[in-house]
Amino acid sequence: MTWQNSAITITTLLPLLGALVIVLVPKDKDRLVRGLGIFFTGAALVLAVAIAIGFNYSQSGSLQFTADTSWISAIGARYHVGIDGISMPLYVLTFLLSFLCAIYSWRYVPSPGRTKAFLALMLLLETGMAGTFIAFDLILFFVFWELVLVPMYFLIAIWGSANREYASIKFFLYTLFGSVFMLLAFLALYFRGPAPHTFDMIALQKFGASGGFSHTFQLVAFGAIALGFAVKVPMWPFHTWLPDAHTEAPTIGSVLLAGVMLKMGTYGFIRIALPMLPEGAHAYAPWIGLLAAIGIVYASLACLAQKDLKRLIAFSSVGHMGFVMLGIATLTPIGIQAAIFGMVAHGVITGMLFFNVGSIYDRYHTRQISEIGGGMLEIMPKLGGVFAFVAIASLGLPGLAGFWGEVMSLLAAYNPARGLNVGLFRGYMIAGGVGTILTAGYFLWMLQRINMGVVPDKWKEHHLKDVIAVEWVSWLPLLALILVLGLFPKLVFGATDHAVNGLLQALGLS
Amino acid sequence: MIRLPLVLFFSAFLFSAGVYGVLVRRNAVMVLMAIELMLNAVNVNLVGFSANLKAMSGQVFALFIIAVAAAEVGIGLAIVILLFRNRESINVDEVSLLKW
Amino acid sequence: MVAAETTAVAAASGILKLTWIIALLPVISAALTLFFGKRTPGRGAVYGILALAGSWVLSILVLWHFVQGGGTQASQVEWFNVGPFHLQLGQYIDGLAAVMLVVVTSVSLCVHVYSLGYMHGDKRFTWFYFVLSMFTAAMLDVIIAPNLFQLLIGWEVMGVCSYLLIGHWWEEKENSNASIKAFITTRIGDVPFMFGIFALIAATGFKTSNITEISTMVHTGAIPAGVAAVAAILLFGGTIGKSAQFPLHVWLPDAMAGPTPVSALIHAATMVAAGVYLVGRMYTVFIGAETWVLQTVSIIGAITMLGAALLALVQNDIKRVLAYSTLSQLAYMVAVMGVGPAGRNAAFFHLFTHAFFKALLFLGAGSVIHSVHSNNMSDMGGLRKYMPVTFLTFVIGSLALAGIFPFAGFWSKDELLVSTHDGHMWLFIIMVVTAALTAFYTMRMVWLTFFGAYEGHGHPEESPASMTGPLVFLAAATVGVGFLGSPLLHAPFFKWVYFGEPEAIHFVPWIALLGTAAALGGIALAYAVYKEKRERDPLEGALGPFWGLFQNRYYIDAFYMRAIIYPVRDRLSAAVYWFNQNIIDGVVNGVAALARGVSVVVYWFDRNVIDGFVNAVGSGAEEGGGLLKYLQSGNVQWYAVGLFVGVIALTIIFVRA
Repeated sequence: MTWQNSAITITTLLPLLGALVIVLVPKDKDRLVRGLGIFFTGAALVLAVAIAIGFNYSQSGSLQFTADTSWISAIGARYHVGIDGISMPLYVLTFLLSFLCAIYSWRYVPSPGRTKAFLALMLLLETGMAGTFIAFDLILFFVFWELVLVPMYFLIAIWGSANREYASIKFFLYTLFGSVFMLLAFLALYFRGPAPHTFDMIALQKFGASGGFSHTFQLVAFGAIALGFAVKVPMWPFHTWLPDAHTEAPTIGSVLLAGVMLKMGTYGFIRIALPMLPEGAHAYAPWIGLLAAIGIVYASLACLAQKDLKRLIAFSSVGHMGFVMLGIATLTPIGIQAAIFGMVAHGVITGMLFFNVGSIYDRYHTRQISEIGGGMLEIMPKLGGVFAFVAIASLGLPGLAGFWGEVMSLLAAYNPARGLNVGLFRGYMIAGGVGTILTAGYFLWMLQRINMGVVPDKWKEHHLKDVIAVEWVSWLPLLALILVLGLFPKLVFGATDHAVNGLLQALGLS
Repeated sequence: MIRLPLVLFFSAFLFSAGVYGVLVRRNAVMVLMAIELMLNAVNVNLVGFSANLKAMSGQVFALFIIAVAAAEVGIGLAIVILLFRNRESINVDEVSLLKW
Repeated sequence: MVAAETTAVAAASGILKLTWIIALLPVISAALTLFFGKRTPGRGAVYGILALAGSWVLSILVLWHFVQGGGTQASQVEWFNVGPFHLQLGQYIDGLAAVMLVVVTSVSLCVHVYSLGYMHGDKRFTWFYFVLSMFTAAMLDVIIAPNLFQLLIGWEVMGVCSYLLIGHWWEEKENSNASIKAFITTRIGDVPFMFGIFALIAATGFKTSNITEISTMVHTGAIPAGVAAVAAILLFGGTIGKSAQFPLHVWLPDAMAGPTPVSALIHAATMVAAGVYLVGRMYTVFIGAETWVLQTVSIIGAITMLGAALLALVQNDIKRVLAYSTLSQLAYMVAVMGVGPAGRNAAFFHLFTHAFFKALLFLGAGSVIHSVHSNNMSDMGGLRKYMPVTFLTFVIGSLALAGIFPFAGFWSKDELLVSTHDGHMWLFIIMVVTAALTAFYTMRMVWLTFFGAYEGHGHPEESPASMTGPLVFLAAATVGVGFLGSPLLHAPFFKWVYFGEPEAIHFVPWIALLGTAAALGGIALAYAVYKEKRERDPLEGALGPFWGLFQNRYYIDAFYMRAIIYPVRDRLSAAVYWFNQNIIDGVVNGVAALARGVSVVVYWFDRNVIDGFVNAVGSGAEEGGGLLKYLQSGNVQWYAVGLFVGVIALTIIFVRA
């Protein structure tokens, strides 16, 4: 047991330990529970940052901090974890957002309370999400993947708003529907893979890159895996669970859902579907690009029609994930790195937007844009200012985080990987460009209706409090990150560059 | 010596009379007596065959049956007496308590 | 004809090493204003003013390098790598950039000072200064950017600052509408611009977005003319949006909803000129492209030039007169850009002079508005008596705009005409006509504002020194800067700003006379029309049906609203959302409903058929027993009957067997 081979395990499982500890604390010690939540997420974040610092970025293409021991020997499933440049940004993002959510919960635990269960589930969720990004065994990956579903289901079903039952069940079943196909494909990979049969992702990648899987098999298996991931992303037209889940989820549920969970799908594409089944990826890329392009335009149009603020933000996620998927579909180093950057940026920005919407709801007790009625900058200048800043970041202003993911993914679409139809992808690029205009349109229109204008009389007598200390603490890191990532994109690209280039070179795509 | 068929006819008559008595009589004592008739019909049969076949075992069985019949009548009459004490009647139709 | 900016670029040295500090100072002041502004005496304006003063001094020093005959210098540091693509942060300073730095810092400094008076007492005073500084930094970044991505960042940040400043008084819906219109319209141009950048980067094999490297590749033919043409026309989309050329010109007049200093800085002197600057900066690509690209550039410019000048004739709002005038003047630059290298340099000279005199006019108009509390010229009149400084400076600006000797506009307009007269006669004619129109509406504006009798309310007073000071400074510049490009004085401007090799500047007397005649004709006509006070604008009768057409801006805005904005925003989005909720989600919910329907059927089958059988066995036994129990009557004799019947039956069976 050295730091090198135990760091990942300790960091990933620490929140789980925290969940157990919280369960053991008596119910009436509310503040202690909240404190423990902050402590465990904070400790995990410190460890994750320590891993990030100890990471060798010049070797970001190879796995580091690995641990590989026997787990279920009967089927050859192993406990194989590690981290590389593709996982690193998402892994750290997971711990950061969870920590900020724990801080936010110091003040805001949604009705019906029950802080203990709330925080325990959140910590369980954290372990599941983090585990997905560091698992290098398909069964282990699948376990973490499904582990995420349960706490999120309860977070929505218990602490959600009016229509929570419908939303939570829809979320759970839809995702499960996708993951069934995924699991079947995993089993197929196992049986068609190299002898002796293995679930090890590195071994399967090598086998896949060397053309081990037949073309027909790749088509079928990629289709099944892609379906599972596409639901999670979510790609158009598998996205309809998302607005419902987001609208009904409690604030931190939305933050983690948008901030991290959606990335599990796109991460899966990059980590599993692409390297193991390169020919399948090549065959499906135009279709994935098509769905992504439709999703971008479609989601921004749907945003224009929204009357509910939170639903608007939820739909905007579909559009932004469209840019991520478009980047992946190009199968180029620029496109895939754009996708990873887009994931991180979307996690930070949209996470922040959901924090904002949560706080707006906390003050107005409504999410209807027409009922808020404008003038938020007048009564709560700080909240309005932060909201405007994040919205402008989300519409892709250069110099802020949202820009690089979008622009690099469109740049990659200008010339996709060899063998892909250039004209087609340029068409997707143009659709993406139209999407950026519409995106600017709906965000600015939203700001006009929420922030600007005259304060309606009904809000004048309410004493709506501007941003409070807890909110500042949980938001400032994200606000800073939005700016820093925009100015120093190397924070992400520095980690991904070697990793993605190496990945694509192995596939002969670079 | 009396011929076997005669003995058998007699025994059959006796048995039939006994059966008739058992099925038809309402007086418990009379039913008991009819049972005695049936038993004795069997005894006649046994003795008749024993004489005819020159085998003693039939007579041994007959003696057994007489002994058993005596015991049976003893118990039977005791039940009847108890029945009479309890219900002032020994009509078998009125003691159909052991049913569904 | 083909030339390029491929002369050897020296590494930055001396003062030029520090050029990036010019752009950084406003960033620092913006941060200080945002975080400490409200706690600072004077509400934070001091940071911006000090920073801009510093930047201005540095800019003059940088320009001095070129005045002394220094060469182009560049330096850069690595920013990040993505796959094959390398991006750097850096600076690229040639004479053009140096001139632009001076223009921007000068006007920005004036506006910073001027706003002390104009924005005095505004409730978002500090915020205003923050955005102003941020904007200036972004514009400076555009000027010194050595690569297209760095340029794009400044470009878009300018757009956002413009959005924030147009909507500065967002309490009124009209203002926030104008701000959104400005942002979205320019963004519509920025998307092709972005694609143009992509095309160039792709043409380098996704290696670089460095402008010098790209220029070299175009020049050497490594990037073919066809690709360059596509890229150039896409890049020109950005110019159309930012410099408000037809058909994306609609945002600029509405942008006058912002505070007037903003209109002076952003919507007259600097940001809108960035579009022209972009074409000039990427000129090797435009020259290296097929010829139809530059022709298109000229045509777009010509349309806007004349169209906007006509609209300026009928405006009542003084800022809108200036806005349409800005459109028209920018179109001069754009149109002449299409002529060739000589046109490019002439266009930059006009950009240079225009920045000063148009900023002067806007600030003068702001001074008037500040005094009479109205934008409408029908509420003004006779102000020359009340506001002498404003009047004098405004007249200087107006004469420059009209192109009267010896003011700056005369020299630059003359250069424009000289560059087109040979081989672009159609453009030349349009430009002369527009010059006459320009003089006409300028005279009309001056007359209605400063002559005749005062029509408004209250007593107008001269503005404070913080406002008149910049006016005087800009007026002096307006008189002076024209001589920098005067062929009579060997035109030093064109020794700094050139394409390929410095060109000799010739004075063509008949063109100078023609230009002056057109200007004087316009002024004389306007005087004749407006010298007597009338109830209605005399043009209304004279123009006939065109009056309505001009008042409604050729119905272009209305067309955009009715044909694009409303259908997309209201109907298409609603249709998409309906589709989402009813078709896509309908399928999802339909599958769920189907599953539930099937489950009901299965459950019925389970309860009734499968479990029904199990229950039937149980209840059958029970029912049968219920019937059979009656055999047990309790009557011993009946049992005996059964016994005997059974014996007889058995006997019969056995005997028969």
